[in-house]
Amino acid sequence: MSEVPRFWRESRHRYRLVGTRCTNCDTLYFPPRVICPTCRRESVGKMKEEEMSGVGEIYSFTVVHDGLEQFKMQIPYVMALVKMKDGPLVTAQIVDCSPEEVKIGTKVTATLRKVRSEGKEGIIQYGYKFTICP
Amino acid sequence: MSSIVSYGSYIPRFRIRVEEIAKEWGENPENIKSGLFIHSKSVPGPDEDVLTISAEAAKNALRRTDLDKSKIGAIYVGSESHPYAVKPTSSILVEALGLSYDIHSADYEFACKAGTAAMQNVMAMVDSGQIENGMAIGADTSQGAPGDALEYSASAGGTAILIGKNGFADFNATLSFTTDTPDFWRREGEKYPSHGGRFTGEPAYFKHVLTGAKKMMEKMGTKPEDYDYAIFHQPNGKFPTRAAKMLGFKDEQVKDGLLTPFIGNTYSSSMIIGLSAVLDKAESGDRILGVAFGSGAGSDVFDMTVNDRVKSLKRERAKGVMEQVNNPIWIDYATYVKYRGKIIMRGA
Repeated sequence: MSEVPRFWRESRHRYRLVGTRCTNCDTLYFPPRVICPTCRRESVGKMKEEEMSGVGEIYSFTVVHDGLEQFKMQIPYVMALVKMKDGPLVTAQIVDCSPEEVKIGTKVTATLRKVRSEGKEGIIQYGYKFTICP
Repeated sequence: MSSIVSYGSYIPRFRIRVEEIAKEWGENPENIKSGLFIHSKSVPGPDEDVLTISAEAAKNALRRTDLDKSKIGAIYVGSESHPYAVKPTSSILVEALGLSYDIHSADYEFACKAGTAAMQNVMAMVDSGQIENGMAIGADTSQGAPGDALEYSASAGGTAILIGKNGFADFNATLSFTTDTPDFWRREGEKYPSHGGRFTGEPAYFKHVLTGAKKMMEKMGTKPEDYDYAIFHQPNGKFPTRAAKMLGFKDEQVKDGLLTPFIGNTYSSSMIIGLSAVLDKAESGDRILGVAFGSGAGSDVFDMTVNDRVKSLKRERAKGVMEQVNNPIWIDYATYVKYRGKIIMRGA
């Protein structure tokens, strides 16, 4: 089944790292949440969308040697947990570098890239990845 | 009068040297380097295309200004390698950049001068008062058939020019010169472009670039020595160097905007990435001549003067052109053909 509607609903979050902030406890969530898991009913109607800065550092990472078919061109590639300056921990690919360049604590910045596409005829899904800061 | 409010460029980090390509096709790299005056070219990563390159160039332009994004009333993207045949790159950019939905957007095509055609349209809308500010982008991930001379030059990159009133570089004038000249083309559905070999020089590039530049100098009553910088469309390093010499410009006026020897021909970004490199260092009072060329064929010419507001431009907030040029990841020919989709993959 086509993923077009789901991708379209989430596109601004994936393009610009837009999360939601609970204005009750001031916690920022990414991916966005409808309700704050801490404040629960207190957060209803108080979740506000917020674009993150796109800056963070590597919290942890792994090097993928046997990846998904669509990522075969990029093997070996790095998948990392990125601790955003804004708070959330984000899972993302680190690109434009060799795995040896990635270390825990390395500063990274978000970049918009193709993530996958539904074959040659389908929609191209764009989203965030990260590059190492010089 | 419309002016440049901000600007930004993006060059993919992957690069391939002329030697890598030449050895696969049994050619002498020194002949290519001296003949075309190209040493290396940029290569888009497997997850990069015109949309991602445009987005990064536009983000660099937005970083350098404190302009409220809701004041941008138009976004146009010129390219000959848009990711979709039908679905605009510009509408995806509206969301990717977080611009207002109350915006004019469209994709442009005119070979290598689609980006400057977009600039002229934004200038007209600003000058007529339809919009306060607009963004014009020229970006490409150009293709050259394996073994073709274009394989040495067809590269990737993008530049975004934010145009409005009260910017730091005033447009004194712009003009275009257009004829029906079949020097370079790609038929619908074809993967690689075709070109007229030596025919691409005199009746196409030189006729349009020289005529456009001369008409501008005639219109403005200027001579080559009145300009601090001159930037010409650069399909290779040789053509713009020769065009500049024929017009009477000196190497010092041209060298800062000549990037093709290092990153190849970025097509729709070709002249404006040179302009971007010049804007990285231009000072108040500097006068700039920019001549873009697009096969098919036509030239767009711009006469610009940098004003005092350049002193408050936040250049340091984004990477300059030369900083990106000097930050390469070198790849071999096998990686290049893999990244450029020249290998037939299972299920492709």
